[in-house]
Amino acid sequence: MAVTTRAESRLDVARIRADFPVLSQTVRGKPLVYLDNAATSQKPRQVIEAMSRVFEEHNANIHRGVYEFSERTTAVFEEARAKVAGLINAPSEREVIFVRNATEGVNLVAYAWGRDNLKRGDRIVTTVLEHHSDFVPWQQLAMEVGAEVAVVDIDDDGRLRRDQLSAELRKGVKLLAITHTSNGLGTVNPVKEIAAEAHAAGATVLVDAAQAVPHTPVDVQDLGADFLVFSGHKMLAPPGSGGVWGRTALLENMRPFLYGGDMISRVTISLTEWNELPWKFEAGTSSYVDAIGLGAAVDYLQEVGLARIHEHELGLVSYVLPRLQDIPGVTVYGPKTLEDRVGVVSFNIEGIHPHDVATIFDREGVCVRAGHHCNQPLMTRLGVPATTRASFYLYNTTEECDALVGAVHAAKKVFGV
Amino acid sequence: MYRDYILDHYKNPRNSGPLEGATHTYHDSNPLCGDELTMQLRISDGHVDDVRFIGKGCAISQASASILTEEVKGKTLDEVKAIDRDHVLANLGIPISPARVKCALLGLKALKGAAWGLTAWPGEEVKAK
Repeated sequence: MAVTTRAESRLDVARIRADFPVLSQTVRGKPLVYLDNAATSQKPRQVIEAMSRVFEEHNANIHRGVYEFSERTTAVFEEARAKVAGLINAPSEREVIFVRNATEGVNLVAYAWGRDNLKRGDRIVTTVLEHHSDFVPWQQLAMEVGAEVAVVDIDDDGRLRRDQLSAELRKGVKLLAITHTSNGLGTVNPVKEIAAEAHAAGATVLVDAAQAVPHTPVDVQDLGADFLVFSGHKMLAPPGSGGVWGRTALLENMRPFLYGGDMISRVTISLTEWNELPWKFEAGTSSYVDAIGLGAAVDYLQEVGLARIHEHELGLVSYVLPRLQDIPGVTVYGPKTLEDRVGVVSFNIEGIHPHDVATIFDREGVCVRAGHHCNQPLMTRLGVPATTRASFYLYNTTEECDALVGAVHAAKKVFGV
Repeated sequence: MYRDYILDHYKNPRNSGPLEGATHTYHDSNPLCGDELTMQLRISDGHVDDVRFIGKGCAISQASASILTEEVKGKTLDEVKAIDRDHVLANLGIPISPARVKCALLGLKALKGAAWGLTAWPGEEVKAK
């Protein structure tokens, strides 16, 4: 009798892989096994070609030229915005601001909203799961204005302590800055439920969705967030692309983030009026070709289907997790079940520092991240200086999971542990 | 990259642990990996009478520090100050990939800090607080 496992994906992975030129590369004579997708993703031909087309066929600065090439480039750029809005179900394209990455997105909100809305004694609630990009801006702003930052802990399975979060929200909260999905452990937070609770407590809610938008369906209206940020480079698009989504009512009342060209409607010697949304927040010549690449990436992801991508990644987790846990000396951090998680697996091998692990993995052609993952407070919470992290995407296979497990054995052999 | 020589120094570090009567102590870290290293020297008459280090971290950083302590014992302070990065990398006897150079040189950085009697590298005073 045939047994169906979750690992048997419904994605045509071979066909998907053929779209990614870099995946056919070899490392030291071994096939590339790219398992560092939480750091950045590889790019399909469709994205590379969409960007090349701009340069080769109609490159000109957007929003400025009264000639065909500028108008064509502007049209493709604004189409990309509409695609992003569609992907996250934004009520309006005007609420989607292009930025370089999620980090810039959080900084935009911290500067343009935070500085005018947070004052001495206000409380910012956040979590120990945050990437530094959603922690340091708030820590620094709090120091500047005299606000207080409360950091909610996790349990030993890497799940947010909901009781503690509720208690912190009850003490009063002006801003909740929370990650949708942990880049260090793969935990998915129940953001919808938390956002409702935070709103009832009077908070504005910012969601860091850098690890969510690439891997799962994300609907900003369903989540009930006020701001949501993400990076393009983690979702098949080029570095330099990313987005902030915010509610119109909030964005309208915010000061600009950067001042200069394109973000104005009228400039006189004595005053300046701002451009409409979203351009009020897009000063200077934007990374429009990167944004166009992001639009192509959104097309690609939607064609494959984010729910199916998520299912595929969970299949890989269900395959690799027990195999890693069976190896003596391997400790896996974070959720051990498939509920509310993504394809991120963080672990350590007893007696071998993660950097040594990654160096040995590299000899096997296996690319993983070793370090603190821009999660130093989380590493402190786990009581380790660093972890080794494998993170999957739509093009990864069970054979690559086997290569990962094989690399763990290779590392243990070298170190004699 | 992981020859027996390196692994031996990692697993059985030479001159490891606190140094009694240390005259010069310097601590440094490599936040990227979480490597930590404290180098302690006992100097008299301009000579390194004894040296020990306390550290935790990857094999490259700890082995490199261990090898360094064997080398500097008995040397003059001026000789210690003259040791450079190329010498340390050559001493390891293995190619070090660019991403791991910081690991390999952490011991040297701590040793130099101690030898020069520094509490922080110029420009890094904030970090050392």
